[in-house]
Amino acid sequence: MDRAYEIAASVRSGERSAREVIDGYLDNVAARNDELNALLLVSADAARASADAIDAVVAQGKDPGPLAGVPVVLKDNLCQRGVPTTCGSRILEGWKPPYTATVVEAVIAAGGIALGKANLDEFAMGSSTENSAFGPTRNPHDPSRVPGGSSGGSAAAVAAEFAPLALGSDTGGSIRQPAALCGVVGVKPTYGRVSRYGLVAFASSLDQIGPFATSVSDAALLLDAISGHDRRDSTSFADQLIPVAPSLNEGVAGLRVGVIEELTNGEGVAPEVRAAVSAAAAALEAAGAIIEMVSLPSTQFGLSAYYMIAPAEASSNLARYDGVRYGLRVDGDDLSTMNERTRDAGFGAEVKRRIMLGTYALSAGYYDAYYGRAQRVRTLITRDFDRVYENCDVLLSPTSPTTAFKLGDRTADPMAMYQSDVCTIPTNLAGHPAMSLPWGKGADGMPVGVQVLAPALGEPTMFRAARVIEDAAP
Amino acid sequence: MNTETKWVPVIGLEVHCELSTATKLFCACPNTFGSEPNTNVCPVCLGLPGSLPVLNARAVEFALRLAEALNFDVPARSVFARKNYFYPDMPKDYQVTQFELPILQDGTIDVDGVPIEIERAHLEEDTGKSTHIGGAGRIHEAEYSLIDYNRAGVPLLEIVSRPDIRSAEQARGYASELRAVLLAIGISDVKMEEGSMRVDANISLRASESDEFGVKVEIKNMNSLRSLGRAITHEIERQAAALDAGETIVQETRHWDESENRTSGMRSKEGSSDYRYFPEPDLVPVAPTDEQRDAVRNSLPELPAHRRYRLVEEWGVSLSDARILVDAPGLADYAEAAVAALNQGSARDVVNMCTGDLLAYTNETGRIPDEVPLTPTGLAELADLVGDGTLSRSLAQEVFADCVESRKNPRAVVEERGLAQVSDTGELATIIDTVLASHSDAIAQYHAGDDKERKKKRGFLMGEAMKASKGKGNPQLLNQLLDERLA
Repeated sequence: MDRAYEIAASVRSGERSAREVIDGYLDNVAARNDELNALLLVSADAARASADAIDAVVAQGKDPGPLAGVPVVLKDNLCQRGVPTTCGSRILEGWKPPYTATVVEAVIAAGGIALGKANLDEFAMGSSTENSAFGPTRNPHDPSRVPGGSSGGSAAAVAAEFAPLALGSDTGGSIRQPAALCGVVGVKPTYGRVSRYGLVAFASSLDQIGPFATSVSDAALLLDAISGHDRRDSTSFADQLIPVAPSLNEGVAGLRVGVIEELTNGEGVAPEVRAAVSAAAAALEAAGAIIEMVSLPSTQFGLSAYYMIAPAEASSNLARYDGVRYGLRVDGDDLSTMNERTRDAGFGAEVKRRIMLGTYALSAGYYDAYYGRAQRVRTLITRDFDRVYENCDVLLSPTSPTTAFKLGDRTADPMAMYQSDVCTIPTNLAGHPAMSLPWGKGADGMPVGVQVLAPALGEPTMFRAARVIEDAAP
Repeated sequence: MNTETKWVPVIGLEVHCELSTATKLFCACPNTFGSEPNTNVCPVCLGLPGSLPVLNARAVEFALRLAEALNFDVPARSVFARKNYFYPDMPKDYQVTQFELPILQDGTIDVDGVPIEIERAHLEEDTGKSTHIGGAGRIHEAEYSLIDYNRAGVPLLEIVSRPDIRSAEQARGYASELRAVLLAIGISDVKMEEGSMRVDANISLRASESDEFGVKVEIKNMNSLRSLGRAITHEIERQAAALDAGETIVQETRHWDESENRTSGMRSKEGSSDYRYFPEPDLVPVAPTDEQRDAVRNSLPELPAHRRYRLVEEWGVSLSDARILVDAPGLADYAEAAVAALNQGSARDVVNMCTGDLLAYTNETGRIPDEVPLTPTGLAELADLVGDGTLSRSLAQEVFADCVESRKNPRAVVEERGLAQVSDTGELATIIDTVLASHSDAIAQYHAGDDKERKKKRGFLMGEAMKASKGKGNPQLLNQLLDERLA
């Protein structure tokens, strides 16, 4: 499996052409995308043209950048000028954004090549990619199983070697959980580290874009390329950020690592997942880290708080899909009938469920009991993390309580589906960074993921710990 | 007990003013009026998926100017919120506004010596503009609708008074003073006709012997101060009549119809008024720094109340003239420049010219004083010609009209048309004598008549004399000579 940094190095040196690289990956896509449905759109011609342009830059003796010739898959909720962006929904039918997301601009500016748009749960709402209006994505390790979600298409694309890198978005675990289920590395950066401009919003206070890769170093390469202040996103950090790549291999000697009791030994966590976390902790200890069990009692309320806050914001963010300006329109005798018919036909069941949940949570008379209380829980969770981080540098937990489940297993029971994100949601509520990386396989032969968490802007330390775990992983 | 003493009007005003920033509130699109539809738009103000708002720092500065002018409290942080409702001219189907934590709180404005408290002022984005075709221009009956999003995202400051206003006249005074302040501090064009200042009134009647407030009715669509006053007067009468007849007032929004001179109930936008406000997660709280506030404080121009007082003191003009000068955009600046350029002329003549012919000209042409072909220096020259006796005031009016028409300066016009006033006593005496000789009957009636009759005849003779001088006779000298002859 080629690493992105190796590809970039060989393209920059002229050893390999970007065209040769992209053709190789496009062959992989052609061989398996029909089966996996990881990509909703393959920009083959544009990607080849970009590759040729990069080769021309190299031929002129210039440097195309740190991602020179590296194909990158984009989750289909990231805007790219003139390229259809569906968010896995019928409601955006035919919509082509007239502008490009900041992260996509950054990838292209660094020499990366946008290869195609990846499938996702509709508007990033889901944990299995079964909520896509364009059919589910299948897990490359076992096509009868889900890849996780909502960035299931991005995770499956990297696992199936459609591209060495992909971008996803993580609102409650939508990068880390599919990374775990597909056996790849997935990173949810600190809220504000990466610009959200051009990411179609699900829940604005929780959404964050991050990388998928087959290695920690590759994830670092992509994260550093997309991080930084963007004046178009008021919530992005204005300060200079410390990149993660330079300190990647500095080891973990003396690092204090806390294993989160509630998430690791909690109900519903599969024994093999628990064992993976213990083994990863042991590997860190062997490399000189200090391990202790820590308690984050408020995290048990994370799921409930999340399912108030995220739907509340979503109910507002998704109001604009009303048939008036773009996307689907189903005509009606008057304006409100047109609005209703459009939204009824355009949105899937899970999106409707969350819009209703969120509308209710914000309603007069219920706001304090639901949205208001959920925000207080969010504060408690953040305080819990702050307390634990006084004595720990990073934390460890499972990413997903189980390995990849079968398609259809949880679609009838939304609560069972929501449980998939119990370990990842607290990080989003706190705005902290976390990443998932593979640690062997379960009894079912499916990948297991462990999660490394860090305080806000603690990515450099988080990546150092991840590198050590990666090296020790079976 | 009659209606006027039985009911006490309780009035609160909500003023929306468009801020005259160069760009919109959350994007870099131009904030201009009258462009081709849907040309001043971008992904942000069209609310396209994935776009994010970025707050215009200038809009915050403008709000801070108002804070200094009207003694508002500026909280350490204010927060934007989303007001959620479906409406096609609102691209995101929510409006970004401020709800629980507005940028300004608790201000005061002096209205004819009475302080009126202002509860709050907050920043928000304007909506687009719909034009409904067919169905009498109403959305529900329209055949189709056109939407122009140029106005979507234009910055508004909504200024909400406490319900301290007690009469239509006071409401008008409040709106007028607020408009003058907004204009003086340069944050809005405040043109009610163009909608850059919109005033809604909340009106209820309280029984004079009771502390209990009545049911509140909101009235909209007043597009001048005059219609604001008329609408409130009408609404007070309507409510009083209903209450006197034992009816109950329905809480509703009513529409002022200027041509019909009445208010009528409006169909509400959406059945429910639950806007599901919550903090806007795409924006960070607004936290003005001390440096920002100091900079605003140090650059604040003179406020209208102070300027009026100063003009009364310095020029000896009436308060009502000072008010006209200060309240009309650019007029006081023009007048001050003209007075500064005076030689023999008087400030009073400058003020009269400004509040008379000049204001009439700007009203008629829609120009601002700066754009009038006669400059302040030119106007000063005209006042000097009056001051040194070259022109009578009525001739000065003719010269003014000629100047703005021909773009020439007053002296040139006077010379060309030979308009200089005749002050030669011998020449004037001849004129008087000729007039008296041909009106002996009038002289007889003058001497025989009572005061009223005498005054009438004297006026007639003076008019004839002025006519005989072709309007150029120095009126003071003519008067003097006539008095001598009639004595």
